[in-house]
Amino acid sequence: MSDTADRVQKIVVEHLGVEADKVTQEASFIDDLGADSLDIVELVMAFEEEFGVEIPDDAAEKIATVGDATKYIEEHKG
Amino acid sequence: MRRVVVTGLGLVTPLGADVETVWSNLIAGKSGIGPITRFDVSDQKAKIAGEVKPKDHEWGFDPDKRVDFKVQRQVDPFIVYAIDAAGQAIEDAGLEHMSDEMKERAGVSIGSGIGGLPGIESESLVLAEKGPGRVSPHFVHGRLINLTSGQVSIKYGLMGPNHSVVTACSTGAHSIGDAARMIKDDDADIMLAGGAESTINPIGIAGFAQAKALNMSMNDDPTRASRPYDKGRDGFVMGEGAGVMVLEEYEHAKARGAKIYAEVVGYGLSGDAYHVTAPHPEGKGAELAMKMALRKAHLGPGDIDYVNAHGTSTMADTIELAAVKRVLGDDLSGASMSSTKSAIGHLLGGAGAVEAIFCVLAIRDQVVPPTLNLDDPDEGTEGVDLVPHHAKKRKVKAALSNSFGFGGTNASVIFKKVD
Repeated sequence: MSDTADRVQKIVVEHLGVEADKVTQEASFIDDLGADSLDIVELVMAFEEEFGVEIPDDAAEKIATVGDATKYIEEHKG
Repeated sequence: MRRVVVTGLGLVTPLGADVETVWSNLIAGKSGIGPITRFDVSDQKAKIAGEVKPKDHEWGFDPDKRVDFKVQRQVDPFIVYAIDAAGQAIEDAGLEHMSDEMKERAGVSIGSGIGGLPGIESESLVLAEKGPGRVSPHFVHGRLINLTSGQVSIKYGLMGPNHSVVTACSTGAHSIGDAARMIKDDDADIMLAGGAESTINPIGIAGFAQAKALNMSMNDDPTRASRPYDKGRDGFVMGEGAGVMVLEEYEHAKARGAKIYAEVVGYGLSGDAYHVTAPHPEGKGAELAMKMALRKAHLGPGDIDYVNAHGTSTMADTIELAAVKRVLGDDLSGASMSSTKSAIGHLLGGAGAVEAIFCVLAIRDQVVPPTLNLDDPDEGTEGVDLVPHHAKKRKVKAALSNSFGFGGTNASVIFKKVD
């Protein structure tokens, strides 16, 4: 796993209280990891803090899986 | 007429995180008060409190037992305590596996005096330092007072009345009294009723200290700082935690073979109409609440065996005592009266519920808990058994719990042994 993917996984585990091995790049926040829409808002905030990126609302709405988040961060971090 | 009985109990307090531990520590005369450990108190005037102890303490609280990880992260501690105490009460009552029909007739009435002050404080700092875009999406529903009842109903599927009282330090007593009425009125067969509080945080301690409500003279001697009725008392010690009881319609409880602790026989409410923080100097409001509770219970002054006083370790203690004397007689007609705030501090919105549970346990075990630190009783206490220092074995058939709050709000609840 890339450094970004590692750090994304760690944040997801901390926020959702799920086992690390369930947080695969394919995992859907809502369907596989038990998150609700508010949890996703919180996760996006945590990603922004951790990586110093800004994830606008319209982009955040398209983030459905762990991989979507990793990809967005990889493409936008400074 | 529908009668209401107590069939389950749950406690999270500075003296333990389950009913039997709290009760045995209380009867043994232990204190849950100590230096504040949760934040730096070097610039605070009050530096002591009755904190709920961490998991690794002899009688510590383990939130993982009954509260989901995500909920713990999202809500203020008062809600965590409420969920755990409610879970204990449900388990104690043997109600873990209710049918859907039962759940539709089971409600929740757990209140809080202040609510999520620690979270309001910390998120305000986030707002100031990082801006609105960093405020947690869980900010509002993690701090709201009625999310005690909301979270409990969601966790246990309870679809009956969902109510939450906010009457400062009378919250716990009003929550139980109101819930009992809902059962009497046929709104529900089962109600989880109680109160929760957790405001041992910088702005909570500073706010009460600025209002001159807290003890600030005994920071170096914490277990002796809460001393109701003692001449040396000079302010309350803040506590935290939750108390929740299962109230149940009597025939419903009997039909399922439930263990019955006591009956809720009387409930009285009143307002002081006097001052925002000070009680009426003659205790008129307290007297009205007690008299109403006795009238509803069809009991006379000589029928009360134990009074769990509001007794916060402030000047108001003797005002309450004078009111109790006017209602029960100068010698309280032989009743014992103690303030358990001497051991756990003042749990504010949780106090009335925790103390109501102590009344129920006094009836169960025929023992009354002590008033700690009563070394030099104040004038006006002569001839009254305030149970100094040590618990006392005695007959307890009926017990009255008093709770009074800022704003001049008063509540009295009477519990009686079921023959």
